Amino acid sequence: MNLDLSIPAQLTRALGPDLLLLGGAMVLMLLAAWRPDSASHQRTVGLASLALCVAVLVAVILVAMQGMTAGRGVLAVDSFRWASDVVFLIAAIMTIALSVDYNAREGIAVAEAHVLVLFATGGMMLMAGARDLMVLFLGIELMSIAVYVLAGLNRRSSRSAEAALKYFLLGAFSTGFLLYGIALVYGATGSTNLVTIGERIALLGLKTSPMLLIGVGLLLVGFAFKIAAVPFHMWAPDVYEGAPTPITGYMAAAVKAAAFAAFLRVWLEAFPGVYAEWHRAVWWLAAITMVVGNVVALQQRNIKRMLAYSSIAHTGFILVALAAGTQQAATAFVYYLIAYTLATMGAFAVLVTLGTSGQPRETIEDYHGLWQERPAMAIAMAVFMLAMLGFPIFGGMGFFAKWYVLQAALQAPAPQTRLAVILVLTTSISAGYYLSLVMAMFMKPRPAGAAPLPAAGFMARAVIGVSVALILVFGAWPDPIVKLVQRNSMLGVPPGPAPTPVTQTAASR
Amino acid sequence: MADFLRSIGYNGWVLPALLAIPTVGALVLWLHGWTRRGATGDAADAAATVARRLTLAILIVEFVVSAGLWWSFDPGSAGWQATADWPWIDAWGARFSLGIDGLSLMMVLLTTFLMPLAVLGGWTSVRHKVHSYHVLMLLLTVGMLGVFVAKDLFLFYVMWEVMLIPMYFIVGIWGGERRIYASIKFFIYTMVGSLLMLVAIVYLGWQAGLLEGRPNFAYDAIMALPEFQPMVAFWLFAAFFVAFAVKVPMFPFHTWLPDAHVEAPTAGSVILAGILLKFGTYGFLRIAVPLFPGIALHPVVRSVIVGLAVIGVIYGSLVALVQPDFKKLVAYSSVAHLGMVMLGIFALTKESVQGAMMVMIGHGVSTGALFLLIGMIYERKHSRMIADYGGIAKVVPIYATLLTVVALSSIGLPGTNGFIAEFLVMVGSFKTLPGMTTISALGVILAAAYLLWALQRILYNPLDKPENSRLTDLNWREIGLMVPLVFMILWMGVYPRPVLRRMEASVTRFVKDAETRAAQQSITMTMGGAR
Repeated sequence: MNLDLSIPAQLTRALGPDLLLLGGAMVLMLLAAWRPDSASHQRTVGLASLALCVAVLVAVILVAMQGMTAGRGVLAVDSFRWASDVVFLIAAIMTIALSVDYNAREGIAVAEAHVLVLFATGGMMLMAGARDLMVLFLGIELMSIAVYVLAGLNRRSSRSAEAALKYFLLGAFSTGFLLYGIALVYGATGSTNLVTIGERIALLGLKTSPMLLIGVGLLLVGFAFKIAAVPFHMWAPDVYEGAPTPITGYMAAAVKAAAFAAFLRVWLEAFPGVYAEWHRAVWWLAAITMVVGNVVALQQRNIKRMLAYSSIAHTGFILVALAAGTQQAATAFVYYLIAYTLATMGAFAVLVTLGTSGQPRETIEDYHGLWQERPAMAIAMAVFMLAMLGFPIFGGMGFFAKWYVLQAALQAPAPQTRLAVILVLTTSISAGYYLSLVMAMFMKPRPAGAAPLPAAGFMARAVIGVSVALILVFGAWPDPIVKLVQRNSMLGVPPGPAPTPVTQTAASR
Repeated sequence: MADFLRSIGYNGWVLPALLAIPTVGALVLWLHGWTRRGATGDAADAAATVARRLTLAILIVEFVVSAGLWWSFDPGSAGWQATADWPWIDAWGARFSLGIDGLSLMMVLLTTFLMPLAVLGGWTSVRHKVHSYHVLMLLLTVGMLGVFVAKDLFLFYVMWEVMLIPMYFIVGIWGGERRIYASIKFFIYTMVGSLLMLVAIVYLGWQAGLLEGRPNFAYDAIMALPEFQPMVAFWLFAAFFVAFAVKVPMFPFHTWLPDAHVEAPTAGSVILAGILLKFGTYGFLRIAVPLFPGIALHPVVRSVIVGLAVIGVIYGSLVALVQPDFKKLVAYSSVAHLGMVMLGIFALTKESVQGAMMVMIGHGVSTGALFLLIGMIYERKHSRMIADYGGIAKVVPIYATLLTVVALSSIGLPGTNGFIAEFLVMVGSFKTLPGMTTISALGVILAAAYLLWALQRILYNPLDKPENSRLTDLNWREIGLMVPLVFMILWMGVYPRPVLRRMEASVTRFVKDAETRAAQQSITMTMGGAR
């Protein structure tokens, strides 16, 4: 059915799952404030948040199955949005599941922590659905502010505080870029609606308008901050290292995914007309991000930092798909996101499980000989590492994710052959650090006198088990999920004068 | 035999079965290990014995099943046989498509023949994490067979990578002192090469599937592609070349090999030398040369590759000559032998390619046997240094006899498989590349030098180290596992005709197709150059 977004009732319908989540989050916020902070109350609110996320997930799937579309308006109602929402919600569910035990262990009794994850997820869902720069901005702020607080959740840790402050300052800075970019784009085109912007660029021949181009550039910088693309990545390693571990996983997977979803939509819906202009910038961003992320990750001994740089490297890989600038990029992105989210959340779940309050166990040395002590945990971690490396069968979905990006890059009207080659070469660099962890776990002996490892909680084990199972099963038999993603990752541009297709004459770098 | 096999529909299920048996076996073994994970002491020993026996049984069944191919294979046909084809990833046009021809038949049989022997070779030396070790061995079998039977380039790539992980762990966990360095080097070298191959495969797949709107990775469809622009063809060939040259290994890409071979446990070395190295040459035979003959046979490219091959022969032999470490000596001799294979392939005559195939098989058998023998003596004395031995022929006569026979076959003594193989390469290559062939003949002489000298120092010099007089001779398990290898060495040396007959049609077609296609492509290339 086709929704008319100018009618409030239908607009509400288009926003259904988002409203459910945000409304529920407000109720839970009251519940959290109802009683003084305590470990058991924290747990209760956590479980309630978990239930809410599951309910919203079901709602999203139900809505997606109705196959609604929408006319012009501030919201996009298309399968790309729902697919992204599903990924965000899965990440949120895993994060909350991990946080419940983690917070209890670290003595973080703030029950609001889980509610903040809900608000952040609400912001993300808004970002994925925004077809208007103002709505997009609202989503970004809603998400960011919640995540600033989450990063500093552990008030007793100075590193956590440092992370929060750094994240807040740089995040605010990047928001400034975004806002200024939005203003200039509005100034040039007279609209904040993505589709209208796209049409007007084509119609009015704004390709060379300096105001528009500066606006696009500022937006690019703003998004590059959010997705941690080099050279705008400086905040990421420190913040990832300092934040509580489950939140780091959430940032690496979901926050980045949301920024990418919005980035992709803005670029593919509003700016295909200036493809030739932004293509070179995105090309370089992708190339530098892949190289720097992978090379610097090689030197890291702290696993959280290593994963931070690895996530920067993955930003580069996804940017390759974006540089292709086609619908296939959106498909590749959704698939990549599923694989990457599972692997990242799984890896952080292992980190959470093995740490204790006094001993975080975050360096590679702490993982020496893990295989002898915890074979299942070591094998799971190896699967996550191989998935991020993009290795077939043993790395399951990870391989197909990379394959998909390669395919999108090589299949574009202007094939991105050189980027594809950089992608595979930097991937082989990444083998160096992913394997160093595998090597530590399997090939080094367990140091004598190492403190015994804590028992894994039920939730963490569930998160790890589900991630491993999904990665491996869909890695051996990817057909169903590939088809699902292909059907469900369409950017549904509403009817109207068609925006100019991506120009074939664009530089084929 | 052939009638019986036909009556049970053997050709229809054999290849999928060959992949399924070790996969299921690995799963069963892993579950067994999981149920026994807490076991200690005697219970753990009993569980380990079960793991060894079960693996051996699975691999013997695998060999018996694959042996039927020997009879069911139709030597008259150069096309695919025993094909099986299922959809796999429909959306991307990748199919689970299997088949063999004369080139892959021998590789499949070599693999299934060597695997049980490799497991027997590590029977007592692998003492910790026995279950995991054998699970990895079984997975390795799947990957290796998969490469040889894949008829779809996507599947080929996946299998190519699949075998990497088990090997990485086998070297890295059960290997020698420098195992970690060796395993990561092995992994990264292989991965760099194979990822470039991935880009080439994606590109080819899309080209083959342009009309359908989704890629098509079927080998035959890609072979049927109209020729590429010379530049495109060159880069595609280069991508495959790097992947295969690392695996062969050709001269400048070979440095991972001595490390990996030396540090790997016995079974790992046997498999690395016996089977994994053949991936590279098989890749040239299956993909790189048939797909881009215009590039492969372009005078410049060809002379560079042949030059590297000959450098490999001479350099590998010279370095082997000065090795104090027997295992390293054998490792470098592999570089030389595989150089010979490359020479045979790129000389591109029927005899030389047949010879190259024979070297591949012969090297698999005799170098595999050499590594097994090194493993046996290492278990007794824990040293691989040639200088630590001397005159042990008197102490361990059976061992000495076997080592001598195997070494002679590696040298290429008439009456052993090595002779037939190298003779064929020489005769065949001399027609097209007389100069290079003459130089590489030096390699054969050097091979005699380094191996005979090593034999002398290990077996026949005076017995000057008293501790060596206490070495025990081979036990029944060790003799038993050497018997099939020695049998193969002699059989292929005396009566190679059945083997040659089965590969003849495919080899002839390989040579003919490459020549005709190269001729067409070089015409267009000159025309392109003139324009």
